[in-house]
Amino acid sequence: MRPALLALHVATALALPPLLLGVVNRTKALFAGRRGAPLLQPWLDLWRLWRKGTVFSPTTTWIFRAAPVVAVATALCAALFVPLAGQTPPLSFAGDLVFVAYLFALGRFFTIAAALDTGSAFEGMGGAREATFSALAEPALFLGLLVLVRRSGSLSLAAMLGPGLAASWTAAGASLLAVLVSLVVVLLAESSRIPFDDPNTHLELTMIHEVMVLDHSGPTLGMALYGAAVKMFVLGALVVRLALPFSLGGPWADWAVFLAGLLALAVLVGVVESVMARLRLTQVPNLLVAACLLSFFGLLLLARTP
Amino acid sequence: MNALVDPILVLIMLLNFFVLATSRVRAVITASAAQGLLLGALPVLVQPHPGVVPVLMALGTMAVKAAVIPWMLLRALREAAIRREVEPLVGYIPSLFLCALGTALALLFARTLPLAAAHSASLIIPGAFATVLTGFLVLTTRRKALTQVAGYLILENGIFIMGLLLVEAMPLLVEIGVLLDLLVGIFVMGIIINHINREFSSLDTSHLSSLRE
Repeated sequence: MRPALLALHVATALALPPLLLGVVNRTKALFAGRRGAPLLQPWLDLWRLWRKGTVFSPTTTWIFRAAPVVAVATALCAALFVPLAGQTPPLSFAGDLVFVAYLFALGRFFTIAAALDTGSAFEGMGGAREATFSALAEPALFLGLLVLVRRSGSLSLAAMLGPGLAASWTAAGASLLAVLVSLVVVLLAESSRIPFDDPNTHLELTMIHEVMVLDHSGPTLGMALYGAAVKMFVLGALVVRLALPFSLGGPWADWAVFLAGLLALAVLVGVVESVMARLRLTQVPNLLVAACLLSFFGLLLLARTP
Repeated sequence: MNALVDPILVLIMLLNFFVLATSRVRAVITASAAQGLLLGALPVLVQPHPGVVPVLMALGTMAVKAAVIPWMLLRALREAAIRREVEPLVGYIPSLFLCALGTALALLFARTLPLAAAHSASLIIPGAFATVLTGFLVLTTRRKALTQVAGYLILENGIFIMGLLLVEAMPLLVEIGVLLDLLVGIFVMGIIINHINREFSSLDTSHLSSLRE
């Protein structure tokens, strides 16, 4: 049983992220009245990119080549620590929530460094935006996780999002709801979706993540895209677990609920992208600060109910 | 005490944050109306066995706070043709932080008060303080007269929450008092708005501070 579940965990973390993007794109297409690309299209795109050649600008150094590898490696490593479907993840230790948050930060650091490495003005601008917005998203994430830490009395993601979560909803539903909303905002910001960034646009002035990977080509571009998808998957898994904390008894039933939840989350992201416009860049920090305050408010409410 | 009271107060406190974060005057008015709707339900919920009079009072409060006054404000908004708050005296993010700080202090402060045992664990006192503070912030830092009226409404909402503590002892008195205050306030504000609009053909209160012959 246990090896099979672990294999499922790893296989899901490897295979599902591009499919989530496919679901988001399909939702957007349906909203726009189109039929949309097949759900496997992101995988096909990755396969196409993988077979292409790569061009490296002579001004770039090893940082530029290392960045996509680091982005994929850190995101996949983080996926090993998140309890998918409430099951014990493959890896876990006390304090791994900080580790996971800074794995993302490491991947981001390298992506920004690679963007600066190209010496392009546009990419530097994208890097500056990414740094600003992620600096604001991080406190929201940590304050939200702090609420879970306080509820569960444990510093590892496995216990924070484990079987005790369902009881927390009845005892402190209001603060968990605040954290859930705040984490959805963090998810949208970190995976560069609308209302923070428009993944469809190819106008450099408005882009964040897209503009940082402009100079990558072929396999390295594919890795950058795959790393971003895995990051979205990991944060999405946190959100889904927080939103659907109940257990149906068996691990397989829980997995089914979890996968349905992820699907629903991808549809939700697609709906948000279809009905909302991208925020003006000057307003993005307002939304992120509001998410921080929401998490903080959840923490405050929790401080009253011991 | 009903189990629904605390979640409603949490929603009211979240609406406080929303009011301070948005720049649209219409959103501020709608949020204060939503607060009024939520508040209207509270007097019935805090009593173990509500009679006919409290229910009628609750319906009356809802009608005035969530329908009549917002409707009047929205009409004024349409006539004045303004949509956004321009340059508040304290920016959106600082006022959000002030509100968060105020809410935190209210939660801490409520613990130190010598309350009746029935009320000590509920969110009534912190909710009241936080809402009053939000009302003060909107009233003092926003420039448009309409936003200030909405701020006054929010301030009154906070006082109304505080009045819930007395609702078992003298329900009618409390609610009539609150509604009367509100009416007077809206009256005064309406007169001011009318005057500003006539003198300057805009609703910006900062015009009032410039003196001239």
